[in-house]
Amino acid sequence: MSLLNAKIPEGPLAEKWSKHKFNLKLVNPANKRKYDVIVVGTGLAGASAAASLAELGYNVKAFCFQDSPRRAHSIAAQGGINAAKNYQNDGDSVYRLFYDTIKGGDYRAREGNVYRLAEVSVNIIDQCVAQGVPFAREYGGLLDNRSFGGSQVSRTFYARGQTGQQLLLGAYSALNRQIHLGKVKMYTRTEMLDVVLVDGQAKGIVTRNLINGSIDTHSAHAVLLCTGGYGNVFYLSTNAIGSNVTAAWRAHKRGAYFANPCFTQIHPTCIPVTGDHQSKLTLMSESLRNDGRVWAPKTVEIAKQLQKGAIKANEVKEEDRDYFLERKYPSFGNLVPRDVASRNAKEMVDDNRGVGGSGIAVFLDFADAIHRLGKDAVSAKYGNLFDMYYQITNEDPYTQPMRIYPAVHYTMGGLWVDYNLSTNVPGLYALGECNFSDHGANRLGASALMQGLADGYFVIPYTLGDYLATIGPKPVDAKHPAFEKTKQEVIERINKLLSLKGTKTVNEYHRDLGHIMWEYCGMARTAEGLTKAKGLISALRADFWKNAIVVGENEEVNPALEKAGRVADFLELGELMVDDALMRRESCGGHFRLESQTPEGEALRDDDHFAFVAAWEYKGDNQPEVLNKEILDFEFVHLTQRSYK
Amino acid sequence: MENNNMNLTLKVWRQKNADTKGAFVTYKAEGISPDMSFLEMLDVVNEGLIHKGEEPIHFDHDCREGICGMCSLYINGRPHGPKGAITTCQLHMRSFHDGEIIVIEPWRAAAFPVIKDLAVDRSSFDRIQQAGGFVSVNTGVTIDANSIPIPKVIADEAFNSATCIGCGACVAACKNASAMLFVSAKVTQLAMLPQGQPERWSRVQAMVAQMDAEGFGNCTNTGACEAECPKEIKMTNISKMNNDYFSAKLFREEGVHEHASSGE
Repeated sequence: MSLLNAKIPEGPLAEKWSKHKFNLKLVNPANKRKYDVIVVGTGLAGASAAASLAELGYNVKAFCFQDSPRRAHSIAAQGGINAAKNYQNDGDSVYRLFYDTIKGGDYRAREGNVYRLAEVSVNIIDQCVAQGVPFAREYGGLLDNRSFGGSQVSRTFYARGQTGQQLLLGAYSALNRQIHLGKVKMYTRTEMLDVVLVDGQAKGIVTRNLINGSIDTHSAHAVLLCTGGYGNVFYLSTNAIGSNVTAAWRAHKRGAYFANPCFTQIHPTCIPVTGDHQSKLTLMSESLRNDGRVWAPKTVEIAKQLQKGAIKANEVKEEDRDYFLERKYPSFGNLVPRDVASRNAKEMVDDNRGVGGSGIAVFLDFADAIHRLGKDAVSAKYGNLFDMYYQITNEDPYTQPMRIYPAVHYTMGGLWVDYNLSTNVPGLYALGECNFSDHGANRLGASALMQGLADGYFVIPYTLGDYLATIGPKPVDAKHPAFEKTKQEVIERINKLLSLKGTKTVNEYHRDLGHIMWEYCGMARTAEGLTKAKGLISALRADFWKNAIVVGENEEVNPALEKAGRVADFLELGELMVDDALMRRESCGGHFRLESQTPEGEALRDDDHFAFVAAWEYKGDNQPEVLNKEILDFEFVHLTQRSYK
Repeated sequence: MENNNMNLTLKVWRQKNADTKGAFVTYKAEGISPDMSFLEMLDVVNEGLIHKGEEPIHFDHDCREGICGMCSLYINGRPHGPKGAITTCQLHMRSFHDGEIIVIEPWRAAAFPVIKDLAVDRSSFDRIQQAGGFVSVNTGVTIDANSIPIPKVIADEAFNSATCIGCGACVAACKNASAMLFVSAKVTQLAMLPQGQPERWSRVQAMVAQMDAEGFGNCTNTGACEAECPKEIKMTNISKMNNDYFSAKLFREEGVHEHASSGE
């Protein structure tokens, strides 16, 4: 085990980033065009990084597996983006956004990174508005804000329930401009399958063309992974079907540390599962908790009647309803952070007070809001979400409460990066959800969009320059044997997958893995359950490599092959997540160990033993990974038991 | 719920790649729950095909919540199927009945060549956006967001245009395979906002020129695009774009030069 240095600059919190920017080396403008940079993924982090670096003059190659960069899963983010503008005059500040984010993350994120995030948040809004992103506005023509879970100020900027779409289309337009100018070469329907290291430095990637199967190598002075999170390890999640861990996992197997893999976010307000055919879960934006009230029936008897359909939700009397978040957390009410809201919904279901046909749901009720504001006002705020809910469930949320239940939504863990967003492999960077850095053990609502764009627009353009200036503009030797060697390893693995002609589909393995992860590494975890899960995953993985069916060939469009490669990686990641969860014998944020809770049933941290980032080091196939630690120093905030009472 | 399950007959367009001819192939979809989405129904059929060692039906899809624009499918003669204002991934099987025959085709347009089965190449849409669908601002040079007040009605209108997901249903619905609704949505969004003014005249000309170069057809005002658009983008966008286009052509030819010189 070794201790990791995050390279956080010295000095007062508010001066760290400014000082650091000054100390970073610069690349001479005339030299910038001599550098090539690879950006993998075109979501908010990738598109903003690719566009910003191209604007500076670097030659960028950008890659995405979708048919267009505009389809990256950032597009599906609904609720909004935080920024410490204090336009509402309600007491917000950079420090408050910093503090809320550190506290919301249950004190498992770095002070330096989080402060920088809060600091640049204000620039993001300026940038997006300049691009023509149509944020919601007040009648006076100025920008509107709303409040979001885990905060007591209104600092969330939004574009109806489609904020991610509008921000991504803004970044996509900036990317398009650079493609038009010839500074970005865009590769769509292309999947990264490995990273190429030359003398320990990242110098390129190996990709597969998803149309004709061509395996190609690409060289560059640096490689940026902006490939999103790994929530699909649970099979069912709110992620897009194609979202996967492969790029990050391949980098991990080449030496990049994977940090806090067990920190996953289970979002409280999603549409419940209807059956085994279910392929994904749909989120209902957290913003709904501003006006919706969460409740479950007070007694098991009423719950049973609701489950059987003998009575309707509207027929349950006021005194028979338990608005459990308002009851337990009077100061935050329905706006407690996501991890707290999710665990409480699970408690209701475990207490047999769940609703809906399966009994695995609670209500999110808008009757009060409609009575108070009118149906039109509610529709103006949440219309598209209500429509989406109706399409999926065939139930009208204007006349009866929504049924909701938590679902996997976001992964706080990811590739370990230092303050410069560099992994421990020189030249290899990770941005956005792909890295682990800013959200600790729980992410606050409307902070993912903020982090993706902060990393891409405002951090990497500075920090990457320092590295590039250090290594110099000498062209990368694309003929170095490491490229061909890595390419051959990728081809061998594809051939191995294509040779699988067993009896069980890849999707069936994925679903089995998801069941194990949800059951034992989901909202509540125990040493016993995690130990069991480890054995189950290991057996499932062994079975996969014997009995999976992979149809078709490499030299064609072959989604079965694509999926097989991704699931094979999830089967390895799953085991690491369980190891990480087992090692962390405390509860914090979204990681809830039943063995470690307060008398009130809240997450109980163990700061003496676990105030560190767990950065796992790959040691070879079927070898235990080695734990490296980055100690978290809290110079500016005082660690307290999180309370939203 | 078991007794509500349906048995369906699918007639699906299968085509190995862009260079081979395609044909309809008939499949049975059995025990389909009304709660399944249309794509989940296809997943079930595909799992069955894989178990038999056959190649699954290829279709584009990703977010499965109606926003990424990746899914397509021409279902019983309509883009995104029989219901209005939703994408195929949001279509649920309760919109069909037991015993029904469902015909599933790819988008059909010269500018959208088939890649395989039901998936088509829509990169022409990206190239149109690259031609001018942006405001030329670099990262970091901006002014405070609230220093540009925009009347709420205008912001809301611009937002309505901006909700386009780039799926291509408008092209698939149009007998001329015209992309006017798609192009006009972006042109109009930026033409309505103060941020879009400096490049307003050059943008419309550049995007329309690229649209023509890609081989999309002309608009003859049949309105099929608006009727089938899953995001309900209005044809008034097309009128506004035409207005800007002719203004630019007649009175503001210099716009083109401005645009070219903004290149470097």
